Amino acid sequence: MPLGDDALVLSHRLGEWAGNAPVLEEEVALANIALDLLGQARILLSMAGDEDELAYLREERAFRNLQLVEQPNGDFAHTIARQLYFSTYQRLLHEALAAGDTPFAPLAAKAVKEVAYHQDHAEQWTLRLGDGTRESRARMSRATEALWRYTGEMFQPLDGLDLDWAGIRDAWTRSVSGVLEAATLALPEGPQSGAWRAGAGRDGLHTESFGRMLAEMQHLHRSHPGASW
Amino acid sequence: MATAAARQAAGTAPEGAAEAVHTAALEAVFDAAVAADERIEPRDWMPDAYRATLVRQIAQHAHSEIIGMQPEANWITRAPSLRRKAILMAKVQDEAGHGLYLYGAAETLGASRDDLLDKLHTGRQKYSSIFNYPTLTWADVGAIGWLVDGAAITNQVPLCRCSYGPYARAMVRVCKEESFHQRQGYELLLALSRGTDAQHAMAQDAIDRWWWPSLMMFGPPDGESPHSAQSTAWKIKRHSNDELRQRFVDICVPQAESLGLALPDPDLRWNEERGHHDFGAIDWTEFWEVLKGNGPCNDERISRRRRAHEEGAWVREAAAAHARKHTPGAAAGGHPPATDATHPTDPTDPTTSAESADGTAPSGAPAPAPAGSGKATA
Repeated sequence: MPLGDDALVLSHRLGEWAGNAPVLEEEVALANIALDLLGQARILLSMAGDEDELAYLREERAFRNLQLVEQPNGDFAHTIARQLYFSTYQRLLHEALAAGDTPFAPLAAKAVKEVAYHQDHAEQWTLRLGDGTRESRARMSRATEALWRYTGEMFQPLDGLDLDWAGIRDAWTRSVSGVLEAATLALPEGPQSGAWRAGAGRDGLHTESFGRMLAEMQHLHRSHPGASW
Repeated sequence: MATAAARQAAGTAPEGAAEAVHTAALEAVFDAAVAADERIEPRDWMPDAYRATLVRQIAQHAHSEIIGMQPEANWITRAPSLRRKAILMAKVQDEAGHGLYLYGAAETLGASRDDLLDKLHTGRQKYSSIFNYPTLTWADVGAIGWLVDGAAITNQVPLCRCSYGPYARAMVRVCKEESFHQRQGYELLLALSRGTDAQHAMAQDAIDRWWWPSLMMFGPPDGESPHSAQSTAWKIKRHSNDELRQRFVDICVPQAESLGLALPDPDLRWNEERGHHDFGAIDWTEFWEVLKGNGPCNDERISRRRRAHEEGAWVREAAAAHARKHTPGAAAGGHPPATDATHPTDPTDPTTSAESADGTAPSGAPAPAPAGSGKATA
């Protein structure tokens, strides 16, 4: 469920870009990533129950997604930084899951192909923005700094998943710092947790904008109890 | 083919012939190619007015795809089920892809995407007036799929045989995806129509609001359509506005019946003698007002498009600057080398049916690729 919520919430945020992207190719790319994530969310939530009931009828405190993925889109650099942090994590996680023998292994094996593309997309844009113009470098730098405090929670162990979390954390840090360095940016130095504590999102402790996001996402479904669509 | 023949024809002109004689020979070859239903290709000679007409029409078609994303994107974040949300996202993505194909087709005529977008943003080129109507309920998403995409398909299927090759080929791909969207729209309305009373009412209200604007998509009546005669002679246009509108009405009537929804026209009835449905008068005053910019959403649509473009300027500049630094001899300007937007889509993916996977896969791979778009990572 936490992994399904991550994919669901980030997919929703990316869907907010539709019609607003800086260039037509990015309309296609962001929608493509959003669709992949929504597909993953649907499979994961269906493993836990009814996908629509879980997506539309739970309240904020019952969602288990990372605070990182619920962060508002901000500017394009902000969206790319969020995607870089998350896709790198998701790829390492899915690689580990695909190699294991949990019920998630087949799903992870398929998702890892999609996520590799998401990660490549985010890395390419990090390089372009970091090593582009003065303005884009400043924006990319601000974005990586601003989101840094939400990165620690990714490495909190998840119930039922016996993975090498410390190893995932090391590999994540190596990968992200390599990309940032190539993009002429520094790895942020602050603490990797902020509101509440690292791992708060997994306990249903979210940031304020999340409730508003859910209000928009759920209002139509909730207005017609029991209806099918 | 036309080129080789044209060269030959030009070669037979007497030495020192005047430019006019030369042009007349080229024109004769062009006319013969069109008459023989041959395709005109980008390197073939063509009359300036033919080129200008096509650039205008293809660009406005591309603009319609881009602006048309807005009324539907308006509901992505509120879609009432995850399945519907996935379908809608895939559709809006397809529309961006169609915009890409069509700008690519316009570029084969010597236009540039940046210039065409600028003309859209400054109101010098138009887009389909239908997108100036607001999407007020979820059912509007279905009405757009069924009626608006249905009207677009009726208009566009004949364009698959249009005399200009790149446009005709783009239309083949676009029409395939559009008919898929149209079926999805119909299916969405069917679910509402068979749902609760509130859902049925929502669907009926959407049809009431979208029916007449959809009929206006075929353009003014034949008597008031200034470009029609020349476009028909050039085989860009194959049927008159009124013919296509009639065809659309005849298709929609039985579909509305099976949906269990009424079309909002008291004058609509079968005419045995004509073998067609008669229908009521269209409010052409409304049509011309919307066309002039006075529709419900004209300002909103253009402002939003302009804002997305302006707010994205720093991103495009960054991509261009990065490319200059890292690609030796890279030309300045042009589009940012966006990463290829598509990747293999697994047709067994349960999030999208096999058809939808088929529909979304080509979106990010516009053919022909615009020159200088630098899709280096394809």
